[in-house]
Amino acid sequence: MSDVRTHAEEISAQFSDHLDVSVDEIESELRTLVDDYSVPLEEARRSVTSSYLDDAGMDRDELAPGGSESTVVGEIDTDEQWVDLEVQVADLWEPGHDSISQVGLLGDESGTIKFVAFDTSELPELAEGGSYALGNVVTDEYEGDYSVKLNRTTTIEELDREVEVGDDGVAVEGALVDLQSGSGLIKRCPDEECTRVLQNGRCSEHGQVDGSFDLRLKAVLDDGDRVQEVIFDEAATASLTGIDLAEAKQMAQDALDTTVVEEEIAARVTGRYYRVYGPEFRRYVLVDEFEELDGAASAEETLIRARSI
Amino acid sequence: MSGVPSREVARRVFAAEYNDGSHTFKESDDERAPLYYLLPTGERANRVFLVGTLTETEDVGEDSEYWRGRIVDPTGTFFAYAGQYQPEAAAALRDLSSPAYVAVVGKPRTYETDDGTVNVSVRPESISEVSAGARDRWVAETAERTLDRIEAYDDEANEYGRMARERYDLEIDQYREAVVAALESLEQGDELGGQETEPPA
Repeated sequence: MSDVRTHAEEISAQFSDHLDVSVDEIESELRTLVDDYSVPLEEARRSVTSSYLDDAGMDRDELAPGGSESTVVGEIDTDEQWVDLEVQVADLWEPGHDSISQVGLLGDESGTIKFVAFDTSELPELAEGGSYALGNVVTDEYEGDYSVKLNRTTTIEELDREVEVGDDGVAVEGALVDLQSGSGLIKRCPDEECTRVLQNGRCSEHGQVDGSFDLRLKAVLDDGDRVQEVIFDEAATASLTGIDLAEAKQMAQDALDTTVVEEEIAARVTGRYYRVYGPEFRRYVLVDEFEELDGAASAEETLIRARSI
Repeated sequence: MSGVPSREVARRVFAAEYNDGSHTFKESDDERAPLYYLLPTGERANRVFLVGTLTETEDVGEDSEYWRGRIVDPTGTFFAYAGQYQPEAAAALRDLSSPAYVAVVGKPRTYETDDGTVNVSVRPESISEVSAGARDRWVAETAERTLDRIEAYDDEANEYGRMARERYDLEIDQYREAVVAALESLEQGDELGGQETEPPA
């Protein structure tokens, strides 16, 4: 394919939503400039693009640079990229500023990403729960977090299928080698906004309070190469250990000591292998699902490997 | 991530290799810097995780309780010692009845005897009873990790491989052979299991 043809196709893609011009037409205009008038190709492209911008009544900065790329939200890791997405509107939030028409979360199977649409773009509104093909959205980065901005050139097409939204979860495998302090039966600050774990009946924010009991585990999974801290909440802890909050409270009451709960749980889970799955939060993985692993599933492959070294 | 000391990973190593080393070192002058034991296949180990059969426990203490556990894997025997400063592990060794499959998280410790040989043991942080399935998984996993180390042993960039070559006069292939033997023992275990369910001829 000639360079001229490539440029013609790119220009065509940039204007496809705004003008009805064929690649052949664009190519022929480029060729006239390049072949007949000896204009360098880059300059010819600029000139042709300008005339189409005029025809479409668009500004140059509304133009997608070289067309946009189809991707999934979990793959977005560069600032100012033009991308096409197929997403479900996972959440809509209250816009914090008059210039913003919509703000919320878009999701696909790879996870979710924040989006912003501006009043000046005059786009149709997205409905919460609706699935859309979005063309020409721009990626944005702020302190390592990525979002996408809808703009005047963004195309919105409602899909007749529902896009599934993944939950950004990660899977971690390893031996449970330690329960950290603050595991087992704990007390939290009763303030609904706070819920900090109490130390000796004190909340670091609200001082001496009458705490409410909770059950959780801060565990360390270790696969021999790296360690990962994971948190089992009350439900996950109960399902892992067979001890629920009511039973944990009874155990503590009988022993007049809350630490018996952690000791009993440690005896049941330490040294066993688990695979856990859930979202990452700071340095932890919050366990949504887990399974105990046992048996030497890969032993045969490893044996082949050992014999071939 | 700077500032917070990261938790040391628990290495996986078979008893045959574990008992062959002797060299320990620190990587900084700080009194609280972690102590590392150099594995013969070229890796530093501040912590180990092992699963095996607890075959014997004995209180070898004179003035106070000091428990020794023998934990057997397919290649040899680990020795774990727990006294008053490891109360939970000592209690576990006191209470467990052998034989039992146990998982041990602990720190490598070396001890030089009067005749100059160095014994390597484990000072347990925790000991817990586990299933035969967990034991099998540990054997397969430890085989993988050992092969990883053997393959990286001669790499230019592997400073612990270089340290092992300098410090130890050991034939590395014996640990590959130990891996093969350990994995074969798993397969034989399966075969025996199969025979038991076969009807008599």
